[in-house]
Amino acid sequence: MTTVEKAANWSRTRSMWPATFGLACCAIEMMATGAAHHDLARFGMEVFRASPRQADLMIVAGRVSQKMAPVLRQVYDQMPDPKWVISMGACASTGGMFNNYALVQGVDQIVPVDIYVPGCPPGPQSLMHGILTLHDKIMAGEIKR
Amino acid sequence: MLLLAGLFVFVSLVMSKMVSPDRPTPEKLDPYECGIVPEVEAIQRFPVKFYLVAMLFVIFDVEIIFLFAWASIWTALGWYGVAAMLIFTFFVMETLMYVWKRGALDWNVKRRARYVSQETSEAA
Repeated sequence: MTTVEKAANWSRTRSMWPATFGLACCAIEMMATGAAHHDLARFGMEVFRASPRQADLMIVAGRVSQKMAPVLRQVYDQMPDPKWVISMGACASTGGMFNNYALVQGVDQIVPVDIYVPGCPPGPQSLMHGILTLHDKIMAGEIKR
Repeated sequence: MLLLAGLFVFVSLVMSKMVSPDRPTPEKLDPYECGIVPEVEAIQRFPVKFYLVAMLFVIFDVEIIFLFAWASIWTALGWYGVAAMLIFTFFVMETLMYVWKRGALDWNVKRRARYVSQETSEAA
């Protein structure tokens, strides 16, 4: 990895702005992760951008219904590169406990996912572990954007 | 300090342009509409009353600026200032009356009698 790549990776991880994609209960745990006790602001990620144009990271937090799937894809498409996706919780990763016709069985059927965070819902520590694992992978050069 | 400012500009503009990936896709270039695919073009015809309201605002805002200037030293200007300001305000109020009766301030009026001058009605 060249120095420019290392510097770019370092700066990308240190201020990775998440896009608000809290769909269901996992969103509450995501809010808790951003709140005071488990603080996301210490990683530069306290601003959850409402507009995908200003976001780097899409944390899909919750059940993705079949109706929401095209919206999710459009929002993902409208994020500028480089972008990463964390699938938070069981429902976003595999469909969770809802093995039915209404929900997409895993958001990786729609968008490419980098990190899967298991849990129903994953506690703030788990989500933070997922985010920090993503940071480590970017810094090590395993995920090239 | 100047070096720091220059370095900041260089890093944030030039360096980010060099390092950032540029991969435009048609979906990415669509206007953002909360995730739905845009159906209607953004720029459409809009009612001309918005333009009228903006233009009238500019005119009356200039009047207000003059009133502010007078109001800040009105005690020093005395009755002469009051009289001069009243005459100025009267002329602007005449404009307001004309605009009012002409219907430029109406917003959602179903039907109103159109203003027809003497000459055209005689011609008709």
